[in-house]
Amino acid sequence: MHVKPISQHFNDFVIERERARCINCEVCVRQCSYEAHFWDEARQFVVHDSARCVGCHRCAAMCPTSCLTIRKKPSDFRDNSLWTSTYIKHIFKQADTGGVLLSGMGNPQPKPIYWDNMLLDASQVTNPSIDPLREPMELRTFLGAKPDAVDFIHTPEGPRLKQPLPPQLQLEYPIMFAAMSFGAINFNLHVAMARAATQLGICYNTGEGGLHPDLYQYGANTIVQVASGRFGVHKDYLNAGAAVEIKVGQGAKPGIGGHLPGEKIDEEVSRTRMVPQGSDAISPAPHHDIYSIEDLLQLIYAIKESTRYRVPVAVKIAAVHNAPAIASGIVRAGADIVVIDGFRGGTGAAPTMIRDNVGIPIELALASVDNRLRDEGIRNHASLVVAGGVRCSADVVKAIALGADAVYIGTAALVAVGCTLCGRCYTGKCPWGIATNAAQLKKRQNPDVAAQRMANLVRAWGHEIQEMLGGMGLNSIESLRGNRDKLRGVGLNEVELNVLGIKHAGL
Amino acid sequence: MSGDVMCDEKGFCVQREGERCVIDATGVYYRQLNERIRAALEHGVTDIEVVQVRGQRYIATAVEGDVRFTVRGVPGQDLGAFMRGPTIHVHGNAQDGVGNTMDGGRIVIHGMAGDVLGYAMRDGRILVRGDVGYRVGIHMKAYMDRVPVIVVGGKAGDFLGEYMAGGAIILLGMRSGMADAPITGRNLGTGMHGGVIYLRGRVPEYQLGPGLSMEPVDEADLEFLRGHIADFAAEFAGEFGAGAGTGGSGTEGQAAPADAEALAAAILSEPFVKIRPFSHRPYGNMYVGTN
Amino acid sequence: MQAPRDFWHFDKDISGCGVFGVIDRARRLIPGSEPIAAMCTMHDRGNGLGGGFAAYGIYPDRADWYAFHLMCDDRDALERAEGVIKQFHDIRHSEPIPTRKVASVKNPPVVWRYFVTPKANRPAWATGDEADYMVGTVMHINTKVPGVFVFSSGKDMGAFKGVGFPEDIADFFRLDEYHAHMWTGHNRFPTNTPGWWGGAHPFTLLDWAIVHNGEISSYGINKRYLCQHGYECTLMTDTEVVAYLIDLLIRKHGLTKREASWVFAPPFWDEVDRMPEAEREAFKALRMVYGPALLNGPFAILVTDSHGMMGLNDRVKLRPLVVAEKGDRVFMSSEESSIREVCRDLDRVWAPKAGQPVIIDYLPQEGAA
Repeated sequence: MHVKPISQHFNDFVIERERARCINCEVCVRQCSYEAHFWDEARQFVVHDSARCVGCHRCAAMCPTSCLTIRKKPSDFRDNSLWTSTYIKHIFKQADTGGVLLSGMGNPQPKPIYWDNMLLDASQVTNPSIDPLREPMELRTFLGAKPDAVDFIHTPEGPRLKQPLPPQLQLEYPIMFAAMSFGAINFNLHVAMARAATQLGICYNTGEGGLHPDLYQYGANTIVQVASGRFGVHKDYLNAGAAVEIKVGQGAKPGIGGHLPGEKIDEEVSRTRMVPQGSDAISPAPHHDIYSIEDLLQLIYAIKESTRYRVPVAVKIAAVHNAPAIASGIVRAGADIVVIDGFRGGTGAAPTMIRDNVGIPIELALASVDNRLRDEGIRNHASLVVAGGVRCSADVVKAIALGADAVYIGTAALVAVGCTLCGRCYTGKCPWGIATNAAQLKKRQNPDVAAQRMANLVRAWGHEIQEMLGGMGLNSIESLRGNRDKLRGVGLNEVELNVLGIKHAGL
Repeated sequence: MSGDVMCDEKGFCVQREGERCVIDATGVYYRQLNERIRAALEHGVTDIEVVQVRGQRYIATAVEGDVRFTVRGVPGQDLGAFMRGPTIHVHGNAQDGVGNTMDGGRIVIHGMAGDVLGYAMRDGRILVRGDVGYRVGIHMKAYMDRVPVIVVGGKAGDFLGEYMAGGAIILLGMRSGMADAPITGRNLGTGMHGGVIYLRGRVPEYQLGPGLSMEPVDEADLEFLRGHIADFAAEFAGEFGAGAGTGGSGTEGQAAPADAEALAAAILSEPFVKIRPFSHRPYGNMYVGTN
Repeated sequence: MQAPRDFWHFDKDISGCGVFGVIDRARRLIPGSEPIAAMCTMHDRGNGLGGGFAAYGIYPDRADWYAFHLMCDDRDALERAEGVIKQFHDIRHSEPIPTRKVASVKNPPVVWRYFVTPKANRPAWATGDEADYMVGTVMHINTKVPGVFVFSSGKDMGAFKGVGFPEDIADFFRLDEYHAHMWTGHNRFPTNTPGWWGGAHPFTLLDWAIVHNGEISSYGINKRYLCQHGYECTLMTDTEVVAYLIDLLIRKHGLTKREASWVFAPPFWDEVDRMPEAEREAFKALRMVYGPALLNGPFAILVTDSHGMMGLNDRVKLRPLVVAEKGDRVFMSSEESSIREVCRDLDRVWAPKAGQPVIIDYLPQEGAA
């Protein structure tokens, strides 16, 4: 007798097919990598099994007659605000398999999103707003350590710098593409990010999967990442980019490592990461040469020695309780850029419990880190980049007003090329051709088209940021940076307002 | 030959003898020391002896090419990190982080070494005469014909070969300063999913991390071992025996032969075991998807 | 003792570091220049925001008196402190701690030392022994007298610490003029606001001095556990809990240093399971009773007192520690290079195993029983 494990009785989505409009063209059959649609040989038409549907909407998007609708399946369970269907289904799955719950994409839980409780200012009467369409409006941003004072030699030709400034990353928008490794997402998207970043005058981050030889040409717009697995990390790699980022933590899974499952390691990924095909690529939780802050200094300077002090070194941590003290230590350890990744940050795979319960919102972490670095008089010694849940240009503006120099966007960049956040990235079967290295699937992403879409997104956000800046009477992004007077809270309690360092609206 | 004097832009000069030069590290901060080393390399020096080294970090870090370093004293952290090609001989003990993410070349330590030696090492050889610390060979990996090998004459601390993904560690446990210690500590090879660890002698099963097998070596293994042990013996013949010196109080029991061939034979006279993972995917079945 | 109402404020500084210690078991004197030179080689383990030393055997002529080292915001604070000290102790001798001006040491506090003995007529509340009394008054001054901090309170020993690189602090306190038969040194890499001298290492209580490298991840519970036993942690640093735990376990509960090390870095349960029964029961008991005192997270500590020095790593050895011997001298350090800086030719060098204490006691003194 065949008995299905109990967890497979309860699917999340139902597929609805308008029979009258279905032409049995089998597009859905070919598009669905989870085989939810299939050809019924006996009945000679396309049928589907809703139990296999992950809710990615690829079939509905591709259906030439729009006959498909994907709906959430109404809950089978009695209403219970404690025992929601999520928890019931988790337990069924774990009882069936003994497995650790695994999820893709960022934390979906209904926890506070502070971006939505902050409102921006605009000029009225007493100072003029500026029209960005006709007047200069500067977004150029430099990331890197700045000295406390400029040191000049005064010559008859004018002042000359005694020493060049420490190395800087120059960005034309305060936005970068976040670290998503080659392997987690495929080569086409790495090409797309590299080209889009080059077009835009910003940077993309390689993630921890090494750098494909074909992408060295985009080095001036590349941040190469060094993570605990050290995949594809070598002298040439370190020297290939415009900056090196040491990844200590990730917002989606603070305190734990990651591993790219063997299924996702094809020939090219294997070559770039320099690990065998099909074998798991495991990144340990910590860097095993960093167990303390002075060890971080050691690695930062190992990289600076290796790159002859030519490029800034960034250190990325997850937003955790002690973030301000840690960030201060990172700056004092010689990092030129501190990156903080909030608990909403995306991921290809994270243990669900970690993703949903560890870490703190980026807005709070950003506010307190910026405060701490200013209090200690070291804010100039490093730039501050935030990531994890930046959804729109207003989020970018609010982040910069709280004190960020720039933001990373990861999920937003993937949504730009079709991601619908179905969260099954760890299967390697992404129907949108993003989190997959399967030949049939990855070709769904044309690098030229994807690059254009990513560039469009950033340009559009850039215009919107300029509009918001102009409205506030500012024509340069520096005047927004850390300018919390431009923010007001709504619906926040006093503690939250204090942490964010902003007034309540109306005050 | 009298040699010429070679100066860097800051006015620091070293005497060079053709392709050789000697740099005195007394009281020199690592950054200046490494600048001098790089300046010497740029002047075409290929054989650098650094003397009076005490704790200077990053010696030979990210240096590429066929260059020979002789280090006298105790080099600091991250000796030969990201290195590709050079040969380093350390006459003294080394500290933590030797050969970090090393990409090729050869490090020979005529003494003992600290923790996290050969972390994420991808190619090359590290030979250590005496003991090594904790987490040695962690996350070593091999790719195609690039196979890193670490040979340790003494004993190792816990977590040897943790997360190992490729390459080989050969642990002899012979010339140790820790007479009472087991040849290696707990959680041996834990998380290992590639590569192999060879031990001279045996360890109790409970020292092994999960998912690993310990079995006798076969002829192919012996062939591999003979090559690397001959190499090891050639480096350390004459200094592997009992006696004073840096690190280690000598071979347990008896003096070792001074002649390389005899030393290799003595090393190979005891049986070896090999430790390998059952799977290249140790955590393949650990998870259940939620979406 | 009742915990402060805001006990959940587990704010603490995070700091990495370098540590160094040397002991001459035969009590031959070691000049201050040695630990200073050793710390200099580990310059990069600190960031100039904390350095310090502890020295034993530096007050041989006043060895029977408790030596209180005080740092005070100003003269008024010193006056207040002196008033309190006089209330509880007889002051046998009092003098400024000799210092010299050092350009890199900014805004130093007023530093003073008192050699004291407890008053014969102690207040009624002082029910414990003399050591408890001394601890009580030190705690009282540190928590209740504004602008004053007692940073050393043992006999024939002293701590010297402040904000700066260790070499600068040594210069400030003129440590090159001291000779001791045991030294520890510390180079700190804190991530807090620079400025408070009390936050540097070593941390001391009576004869105990602790230098520590690492971060105690179990700080939150260690702190609450100490509070249950009458120790109030006020310094916002995890090293403070080590000093108090040592005092609790060794002085009050009568454990040996080795046993205390098993509390701090207990063997793993699978190792305990393989022990013979009686030993197993002892280890189980230690773990069950003192679980809240387990120091979890990376650490290498040097603990010193009038009997000698103990070096200890955490149980998975996340911080380095090297031990070396030369005759009667024993060195412990984060890096071997620092030892070689002061002693080229060593008899033996080794890295202790995780969680295994290295306990070096002074040799019995001639004429002693």
